[in-house]
Amino acid sequence: MDATGIHERLKARFEVGVGECNSTAKDPCITIDPAAIAAVCRFLHDDPDLRFDCLSNQSGVDYKAKEQIQVVYHLYSYPHRHRIVLKVDVPRETPALPTVEGVWKAANWMEREIFDLLGVTFDGHSDLRRLLMPEDWIGHPLRKDFVEPEEYHGINTSRESLLR
Amino acid sequence: MSLINSMPEMVLTTKADEVLNWTRKSSIWWMLFGLACCAIEMMQTQAPRADCDRFGAVPRAAPRQSDLMIVAGTLTLKMALRTKLLYEQMPEPRYVISMGSCANCGGLFQLAYSVCDGVDKVVPVDVYVPGCPPRPEALTEGILKLQEKIMKEKWLVRKEPADDSPTAA
Repeated sequence: MDATGIHERLKARFEVGVGECNSTAKDPCITIDPAAIAAVCRFLHDDPDLRFDCLSNQSGVDYKAKEQIQVVYHLYSYPHRHRIVLKVDVPRETPALPTVEGVWKAANWMEREIFDLLGVTFDGHSDLRRLLMPEDWIGHPLRKDFVEPEEYHGINTSRESLLR
Repeated sequence: MSLINSMPEMVLTTKADEVLNWTRKSSIWWMLFGLACCAIEMMQTQAPRADCDRFGAVPRAAPRQSDLMIVAGTLTLKMALRTKLLYEQMPEPRYVISMGSCANCGGLFQLAYSVCDGVDKVVPVDVYVPGCPPRPEALTEGILKLQEKIMKEKWLVRKEPADDSPTAA
């Protein structure tokens, strides 16, 4: 099934929450409302014609100018050999989304990574801790306005000699 | 002297410092501390082709059994604290080889927010081995340089405190 077909299936199933479909992009993508993402993911996973059984990647983008953080879901179906990308925009000040860990177990670490680097909280996540940065790190490094602290536990991180 | 002269092929004379240093340099046990791709070259250094065992340098799996720490790879800030902890667990005398560009200065990743630019910011380093990653020959050379350094150490000289030193007449 191609992206347009998947979009039509979603439109038929959900009255609200399913946005536009960009089917001309190299990776066709569908915009989803934050409130609907959990139900949409569950439907995409369970529906026998769609059967998206693999969450290939889940990542986040900081759009500071639009005051938004976009969480991107790359889905693939091994039984049907089709793929789709979901994009969800959340406000930059209070970024929160329901977790999809119950749908794909792989989402556990990827959501931890997004929480670590961008500060998006995932409601219902079983273990929402930092994944890559140290436990006592302050801030979220992939945010555009992240300012690196001058030192970390006595280690100078200003790197002045390298920035000349 | 007569005793020594009577058995010339069985007795060697040397200095106590040199015996101590010779034993130390001939059994450098290094701690396995691979952090990134340099660790692959470190494995090669230990493997039969480069064979560091012929210099007495063999890998150990625990810091408490090791004399040398070869920091092989990119040191992140998260790992830097662990590196310091492991260094403090090693018994003295202890040595550190910084292997590769990342451990020397942060290398390719030196401006990244998560990277500590140089292991010498955390622990004192004896030998820096350049390269990205260094070949096994380069690391072997680094171990030989460390052996030269060990041979120059003085253990039996008692350091006099600077304040109490008698004034010269």
